[in-house]
Amino acid sequence: MILLINDKPNETNAANLAGLVAELNIEGAFALALNENFIPKNQYAETPITENDRIEIVAPMQGG
Amino acid sequence: MTQPNKTPTEKTPTELDDAQLNRFSRQILLSDIDYAGQLKLAQSHALVIGLGGLGSPAALYLAAAGLGQLTLVDFDQVDDSNLQRQIIHNEQRIGQNKAESAAHTLAQLNHFCQTHVISHQLENEALDALIQQVDIVLDCSDNFETRYALNQACLKARKPLVSGAAIRWEGQLTTYDFRHDDSPCYECLYKPGTSNDQSCSRNGVVSPLVGMVGSMQAMEAIKALIGLPTLVGKLLLIDGLTMQFRQFNLKQDPHCIQCQKK
Repeated sequence: MILLINDKPNETNAANLAGLVAELNIEGAFALALNENFIPKNQYAETPITENDRIEIVAPMQGG
Repeated sequence: MTQPNKTPTEKTPTELDDAQLNRFSRQILLSDIDYAGQLKLAQSHALVIGLGGLGSPAALYLAAAGLGQLTLVDFDQVDDSNLQRQIIHNEQRIGQNKAESAAHTLAQLNHFCQTHVISHQLENEALDALIQQVDIVLDCSDNFETRYALNQACLKARKPLVSGAAIRWEGQLTTYDFRHDDSPCYECLYKPGTSNDQSCSRNGVVSPLVGMVGSMQAMEAIKALIGLPTLVGKLLLIDGLTMQFRQFNLKQDPHCIQCQKK
């Protein structure tokens, strides 16, 4: 199925956020929002994803 | 200007005088602020951590807007390469401590605003004691260690924390308002651990971006002090290149270690 990840269409076989995160192999710290709602990490496995979901992966910034 | 260790002793003003009514007339005109809101600002004390790209506009606007007291914390010195974006400093201040330099600029901007300078790094106990004395904290720092420490200290003291960050063309902004039990915290969003080096010195930053984010931190602080709605529960992502501003909902993480300490 197709997801929008940071505004770009992406094919995935994952059924939930945990699977998606494993598939994407994200390096370093990040936060993930599903359809504009941040999801705590320990809820990834129980949060299903469906076609056309919008995923935003946000990295912490220290710059100031 | 008072010295770092001196506790603010000035009496809290109970009214605005004629000079203040004139100076702040354009804000008092706003029905959401009015006399009561402006007086509240005059009675308020904000702590600005970091007088760099974000702290420069944040402190300038808070002082200009009529905050009663500002405590400015930075142990770093003004460097030539800072002047591209850290607009509270100038060429004559190169080599000077940033908190001192900022206080000099603010003194010329608003003599009603009392500034306190802290030019050394704060250990946890000193930070806790300082946060007890203020009404709001602005995280304008440039490192994760400070960001996590401020989050914990503000949560413990139940003080609002306006958190801003900026690199390249991108910024992030929110307010964690620990006066409310249901506010998320910085660790609800980002767990400490391995982080990429997202710093201005490594990644670069376009000058007005820090002006945008830092000014919005001052805006959030003013609203939080007066009791107007803030970004609490929402993270604002700012993209200066596309000029897209997007909000994402951020709830308290029921398993957040810091929030569980409350």
